[in-house]
Parts: sequence; C-alpha cells; structure tokens
Amino acid sequence: MRALLAMLLLALPLRAAEVRVFAAASLTEALTEIARGYEKNNEDRIVFNFGASSILARQIEQGAPGDLFLSADEAKMDALARQKLIDPQTRVRALSNTLVIVVPRIDGKRITDVRQLAEPRIESLALAEPSSVPAGIYARQYLQKLGIWARVAPKVIPTDNVRGALAAVASGNVDAAIVYRTDARVSKDVRVAVEISRAEGPAISYPFALLAEAEQPVAARRFLAHLRSSASRAIFIRHGFDVLR
Amino acid sequence: MSSAEWQILGLTLRTAALATLLIVPPGLAIAWLLARRQWPGKSLIETLVALPLVMPPVATGLLLLELLGRRGPLGGWLHRTFGFDVVFTWRAVVAAMMVMSFPLLVRAARVAFEEVDPRLEQIARTLGASNTRVFLSITLPLASRGVAGGMLLAFARAIGEFGATILVAGNIPGRTTTLSLAIYNLVQLGHDEAAFRLLGVSVLIAFAAVWITEAVLRRRA
Repeated sequence: MRALLAMLLLALPLRAAEVRVFAAASLTEALTEIARGYEKNNEDRIVFNFGASSILARQIEQGAPGDLFLSADEAKMDALARQKLIDPQTRVRALSNTLVIVVPRIDGKRITDVRQLAEPRIESLALAEPSSVPAGIYARQYLQKLGIWARVAPKVIPTDNVRGALAAVASGNVDAAIVYRTDARVSKDVRVAVEISRAEGPAISYPFALLAEAEQPVAARRFLAHLRSSASRAIFIRHGFDVLR
Repeated sequence: MSSAEWQILGLTLRTAALATLLIVPPGLAIAWLLARRQWPGKSLIETLVALPLVMPPVATGLLLLELLGRRGPLGGWLHRTFGFDVVFTWRAVVAAMMVMSFPLLVRAARVAFEEVDPRLEQIARTLGASNTRVFLSITLPLASRGVAGGMLLAFARAIGEFGATILVAGNIPGRTTTLSLAIYNLVQLGHDEAAFRLLGVSVLIAFAAVWITEAVLRRRA
C-alpha cells in the first residue's frame, strides 16, 4: 500500500501546475491543438472547460475554480470585470471571427441570401441561445439589423452553445443554422450556404483574461502568453480565426 | 407567476398527461402478459421494458433522436408520409416522456395483476366469460389501485423528464421547454428568483402526486 502511494506521488511531477481554462465552445479544436503542443514542451497541464461563454461566466460567478477565461464576446468579460472576477491588466482582445449560414450537406435547402431565412420554406433555424450565448447574440443582432428578426424568431431552435446549433444541422433535423465560420469547418455534414462578410456582419471579438481568483496565476500567465505567441497564432489562423494584435 | 411560467406549467402538465394516457393500453397489455402468461422471449421483453429505468436518460434520448430524426427510420417515414417533424417539437417531448415512464407503469401494473387471485378469473371463465370480459370485469377492477398508482408514478416521472427531452426535443421556449428544462435555463441565465418559483411549483406537483398515490394505494378494499 505504502509502495503504491509512493509510486503515485513520484508519478506527479513536482512543479507541474494544472491550468484550468474556461473557454468558448467555438475554440475547442484550436485550443486543444495548442494545448497538446504546449504540454509536450512544458510540465504544466492544461485542463479545459468548454461551453457557451455565458454559461462559463455564470460558473465563474458562482465560484467555479478556474485560471483563465477565454470568452466569445466582450459582454461576458465586462460582466466579470464589473464584479472584479478578472485581472483587468491581463485582458486582451485576442481573436475575431465571422458568421456563416450552414445547411445540411445532404438534401439541404438552397439558401443564397440571409434574407431568405425569413421565407416560409425555411422552417427551422438553429441558433445558440439568442439572448445569452455570444454566437446567438451576434446572429440575432445581425438579423435585427436586416429587419427580419421578427419573422425569423418563431422558427429559432435555441441550443446550449454554438456547437449545438452546428450539430442540429449536421443531423439534418433543422433547415439551417448561423454559426461561426470556424465551426462550419469542424463538421463534414454541413455546407456553408452564405458567408456574412466582416464589413456587413457584427463585430466579433474574443477577449482573454486571467481570473482574479486563479490558483495558478504564474502558470496561467505563461499559457496566456503562449496563446499570443506566433506558434499559437498560426494554429488559430489555420482553424479560421482572425488573430488580433 | 408570469404568463411564460404558466405556459411552461401548462405545457408540462399537458404533455405529461398525454404521455401517461398513451402508454396505458400497451403498458397494461405487456404488464398482463408478463404477469399471467409464459411465452418465448418473455425475459427479453421484461429486460427491454426495464431498460429506460436503468439507462442514462441522455443515452435513451440519443436512441430516440436517431429513431425519430428526419433521417431516422421512424421520423423519416413520418416526415415523408405525413409531412410533420417529431424532433424539436412537442411530439418529441411526449415521446421522451412515454419511453421514460413506460417501465414504471408496467412494473406497478404487473405487480397489481399478479396480486389478483387467479381462481377468481378461472371461476369467471367456467361461467362462460371470455378472456376480454374476465380482464375487464375481474382482473382490471381488482388491480385498479395498483394500476392507478403506476399511472401517477409514470405521470410524475414524465413531469421530471430532462435528459432524453433536451436531446430529442431541444429546449425551445414556448414550445418544448418543460418545467425541468425551464429551471435549468433560468439557473444558467442567473434568474434565480424565477428558478425558485418553478422549483416551488415542482415540489407542489411532486407532493400532490405522491400524496394522491399513497391515498389511492392505502384505500384497501
């Protein structure tokens, strides 16, 4: 028994820190790839909690233990900043993205313009929950700007996060979804029907920050700096993100 | 309570009641077959019926989603033939509730049928009653308390359904958001006050269901 305990203790590297990263669901693949490379050259371990930024912010408010927050919109970070739950000096606008309309790859309905979402033939539109989740808020604001939100709202199928909207289209159960350009690349079962250009669509920004109550602030800062390195930058770009300076 | 909250309560009670009514005919048939007959494959059916009780509800939901989706065998057929969708509609809410409640009804009804003295049924048969008549005028009335208890349990389980519902029906305010899903939403959004109101409603419903079940079961003949 004692030998077993000793072995377990030896197996834990002495200085390794566990950095807990609360990150927007849309960052899943890019961050996982970055962390895998980082862990190879570093003793720190990166543990992710992916989900809608709104839900993550709520978990942080309720005292969930975490070190970094990588949000998909500024509003969630602002809310945490007001409650002094982040270290404002570490806050950076790190990434940007654009929105696309996706349809099922097989038998998907033909959509060539955003305004066609208001037509009756489009019966269902999956969105990340449009009152709280960033991807849904961005999509709603854009449809409101076009003046078609009132006609689209009754057919909205809200999902927990943007990946839920993507999955609903991939399964063929809804006619279309508005997701990030980067999400559309993740699924082979969806096709991008309309790209909403940066100039036309909402301004999307992903702020990153260290949490005020981080238990591993040193290791967390180290990983935050790595996320801004040229190596990470290349990975973000390959996954379709725009890296902000 | 706000009108949205009343709508949630109404939807939950209506779908749970419909689900309970829809499972009564097949549920009683299977319960009777399990209680009174020996047949090949009986233990297999017995196990299948109990599965939703022990499987993770989300896993059951995934199976339902595959079955009832637009590309699923049943959902695809319904979509082509009748032109309506099941998943992400109230129909999926009812379907999820039915599957999750079914084992509770069957278990309770089976025990109730087994407690009916078979000699009473035999006497009725020697007096010339058909099997249907024996069931309707002897077995069912004598087992009615157990069956009613099972229905209430099934109804209560239907009201609390979450895991299968969120997968197969989504969480669409005003359309598929039931009491459990609404509480989840409200907590996620930080509207704790409204969440606690709905929590209170759930406690009331649960209390009433258990209390009525106990009262029905206790009223011994």
